[in-house]
Amino acid sequence: MSTPPLTPELEAVLDRHGRDPTRLVQILREAQELAGWLPPPLITALARALRLPRARVEGTAAFYSFLYLRPAGRYRVLFSDNVTDRMQGSEALLDQLCERLWAEKGRVTEDGLVYIDTTSCTGLCDQGPGLLVNGWAIPRASRERLDLIAGLILEQRPLAEWPAELFHIDHPIHRRDLLLAEPPTAGEALAAVLAHDADGSGLLAQVERAGLRGRGGAGFPTARKWAACRQAPGAVHYVVCNADEGEPGTFKDRVLLAEYADLVLEGMTLCAYVLGAGRSPTQGLIYLRGEYRFLLEHLQSALARRRAAGLLGRAICGRAGFDFDIELHLGAGAYVCGEESALLESLEGKRGVPRNRPPYPVTHGYLGQPTVVNNVETFCAAAVIARHGAEAYRARGTPDSPGSKLLSVAGDCARPGVYEYPFGVTVREVLADCGAQDAQAVQVGGPSGTLVGPHEFDRRIAFEDLATAGAFTVFGPQRDLFEVVRNYVHFFAHESCGFCTPCRVGTAILRGVMDKIHAGRGARHDLEQLEQVERAMRLASHCGLGQTACNPLRDLRTRFRPTLERRLASLDFAPAFDLDAALARARAFTGRDDARAHLHTDTLAS
Amino acid sequence: MAERRLRVATASLAGCFGCHMSLLDMDARLLELLPHIEFDRSPFTDIKQLSPCDLGLIEGGVCNAENVEVLLEYRRKCRILVAVGACAITGGLPAQRNHLDIGACLQEVYLTEPGTTHGLIPNDPELPLPLDKVYPIQEVVRVDYFLPGCPPPAEAFWRLLSDLVAGRTPHLPRELIRYD
Ligand SMILES: Cc1cc2nc3c(=O)[nH]c(=O)nc-3n(C[C@H](O)[C@H](O)[C@H](O)COP(=O)(O)O)c2cc1C
Ligand code: SF4
Ligand code: SF4
Repeated sequence: MSTPPLTPELEAVLDRHGRDPTRLVQILREAQELAGWLPPPLITALARALRLPRARVEGTAAFYSFLYLRPAGRYRVLFSDNVTDRMQGSEALLDQLCERLWAEKGRVTEDGLVYIDTTSCTGLCDQGPGLLVNGWAIPRASRERLDLIAGLILEQRPLAEWPAELFHIDHPIHRRDLLLAEPPTAGEALAAVLAHDADGSGLLAQVERAGLRGRGGAGFPTARKWAACRQAPGAVHYVVCNADEGEPGTFKDRVLLAEYADLVLEGMTLCAYVLGAGRSPTQGLIYLRGEYRFLLEHLQSALARRRAAGLLGRAICGRAGFDFDIELHLGAGAYVCGEESALLESLEGKRGVPRNRPPYPVTHGYLGQPTVVNNVETFCAAAVIARHGAEAYRARGTPDSPGSKLLSVAGDCARPGVYEYPFGVTVREVLADCGAQDAQAVQVGGPSGTLVGPHEFDRRIAFEDLATAGAFTVFGPQRDLFEVVRNYVHFFAHESCGFCTPCRVGTAILRGVMDKIHAGRGARHDLEQLEQVERAMRLASHCGLGQTACNPLRDLRTRFRPTLERRLASLDFAPAFDLDAALARARAFTGRDDARAHLHTDTLAS
Repeated sequence: MAERRLRVATASLAGCFGCHMSLLDMDARLLELLPHIEFDRSPFTDIKQLSPCDLGLIEGGVCNAENVEVLLEYRRKCRILVAVGACAITGGLPAQRNHLDIGACLQEVYLTEPGTTHGLIPNDPELPLPLDKVYPIQEVVRVDYFLPGCPPPAEAFWRLLSDLVAGRTPHLPRELIRYD
C-alpha cells in the first residue's frame, strides 16, 4: 500500500523541526493548522517520515484535546467552561450559537462547516466568557458578538479577515508591588549579575537568601532546585518555563507573558547562567499552553529582539562561553501537562503522562538531562531579586513566604484582573480591593486549592496558610456552591489522563455521584461513598491531579455541608436512576402497561 | 448461651451461577462453616420466601423488573448486603448490551430474525420486562461490601463468611484482589 506523498507545506514543517521525532507534538499541531484535522493517511505519512510506529503517532495525537483525528469542521468554536464563564452566561450563549448555526453541541454539522463544544478554562476569566475559534482566543462573548461570529461563519470568511477587535485581549493589572512596579529594562538584571559574579554562584546564593519559593503551586525552594540541577552532570542543562497555566481561574502568567515578557526571559537567562556557570551548554524551552496561541508571535519577536541585543545566543552580554537560547513549544489542550514531568514528556513529543519520580527532573529531565522547571512568575521573581537584591525582596511578605504574589482575581467582583500583593495579605483585603461585597466564598488556588467561607476571610495568602498558584475566584451570595463544585468535579474527570486507576476511576465516580445528587437522587450514603473514594485517590494517585481532585468536594463537605445536604433526597439510599423510566422502552415495544410492567420504588421499598 | 447461627440468603440476578458454584468450591471448609451459618432463600435451599436475614449475597447485575423487585426485597430483609462478582459490581458480561437500544434488540430478536413468536414481541405479564440497561446493583440499592472476581475464588468467600461469623470487618488480602 502506498502512502500519498506529503505536500510541500508539510515537508516544510518537517524540515523546520529537523524530522526529529521528539518534535512530534509540534509537528502534529502545525500539520493540523494546515489541514484542519489529522486524517489517517497523514498520520501514516508522518509516522513514516519520522520513523515512528504509526500507533505512537496516533496515540500521541489522541491524547490532546486540540488535535483532531476526525473531521472537526472548518470552524471549531469552543466555549471555555470554567465556572466563571458559566457565571457570565456561557451556557446560554452556546445554545444561542448552536441555534443560529443549526448545530448540535459536540457534533460537526452535516455540511462540515462548524463544530461547537466546550473546553476547559481558557484563562480569560477576567474578560469572559472566553471562546476559542480554530485555536484563537476571543474574549467577552456576548449575544451581539456571537451574532457577528455566526455571520462570519455563514459567509465562510477566513479567520484572517475577521475584525481584529474580536480577538483583542486586555491584560488588566490593578495592583503592583515588587514585581510589577516598574517596566523592566531588558538586560538590566543580567548586566548587574555578570558584573560581579563569575560563575553564577553569587546569584544562586542571592536567590537562596531571598528565600524564593516556586510560584506554580507547590512552593519548592527555587535555589535548592537550581543548585541540585547545577551539580547534576549532563551534556546540556535545560531551563524550562512552565507556561501551561491550566488551573481554572488562573491567568496571571498570561498577563506576565503579554506585558512582562522580557522579565520572564531575563529570569530564564539568569537561571541558565547559574546552571551552566557561564561555561557549559544550556538551552531554554517555554511550554506555552495551546489556549495562549495568540501570544506566540509576540513571544517570538521578544526572543528575536533579545537575540539582536546580545541577550540571547552566543556569548551573552559579551561573556565568552555564556551561550543560551530559548525555544517555544505550544501545548495542545491538556491540563495535566502543567505537571512538570508530564510537561517534559509532552516536550519530548509524547503523550503527557506524568513520569515516575524519582529520578527528578533536576537530574533526569528533558531528554534525560538535568532540567529546571519553574513557573513563569518564579522566573520573574528571580530577575527581580537579581536586580534589587535579596534583602529588598525579603523585606516584603512573611518569613516563610518572602516576596510578593500575583493573584488572578475573577468572579463576582467589580474589578477583575491581576493584583500583586506581598505574601500575607488577607482574603478580606483582596475582596475589598477588587470590589466584592458580601462574597459567600472564595476559591483560592483554583479547584485544586481551597474553597474558603466568610469565617475564614482573615486567613492569609501565603504558603503557610492559604497556598495558591494564583487563582482567586469570588462567589457572590446568588451562586449555588454545589454547582460550582460540580463544575470542578467535571473538570477533573475530563482532565484525568487515565494512566492510574485511583484517579481515572475515582474522578468518574465523583462525577457520577455529583450528577446523581444534582438530579435529586442523592442520599447520605453517597456522601459516605465520596469520602471513601477521596481517601483512595489521595493515597494512591500517581500525580498531583488525582491527589487534589477531591479538594473542592472536601471543602464543600466540611465548610458548606448544608449546601450539599439540602440537595439530598431524604432517604438512606436512592437509586441512581428512575427505575420506572428504565422500563419505558420495553413497555413501548411490548405494548404492555400492566401493573408488573411498572416499578414504583415508594411501594416496593416500604 | 448457644451461638446464634448467621442467617444467609443468596440470589442470582443477571448472573451465570458461576459465583454460586465458586462458593460451593469451598468444599470441606463449608462443613466448618455450617455450624455457624444457615441458609435462607437461596438456589441452594429452594426456600421461596425470604425471611429477615443477617447476610444477603447477590450475584449478577440488574437487567429486568423482577431483578429490581428481588434486589429491593433482599435489601429490606438483609442486614448486610454483599455484591458478589463482576456482574453484580459492574454489570459484567450482560452489560455488553448497554450500548444497544433495548427496543432495537427486541425488534431484532423477535421481529427481524426468524423464530417461534410469529412476528410478535412477547408481552405476557408473567414475563419480567427488561430495563433499558443492565445496572450494577449498587446503583439500585445500598451495598455494604463488594466481593470482586469473576467469579470470586472460594477462598474469598471463605474469608468473607469467616470474618463475618467472627464479627470482624471483612478484609481481603492483596493476593485475592489482584488479577494479573
Ligand atoms: C496537575 C498539575 C498541573 C500543574 N499545572 C501547572 C501549571 O499550569 N503551571 C505551573 O507553573 N505549575 C503547574 N504545576 C506544578 C508543576 O508540577 C511544578 O511544580 C512547577 O512548574 C514547578 O515550578 P515552581 O517551582 O516555579 O512552582 C502543576 C502540577 C500538577 C500536579
Ligand atoms: S493521578 Fe490522574 S492525571 Fe495523574 S497520572 Fe494518575 S490518572 Fe493521570
Ligand atoms: S461474576 Fe462471573 S461467575 Fe459471577 S455471575 Fe458474573 S459471569 Fe458468572
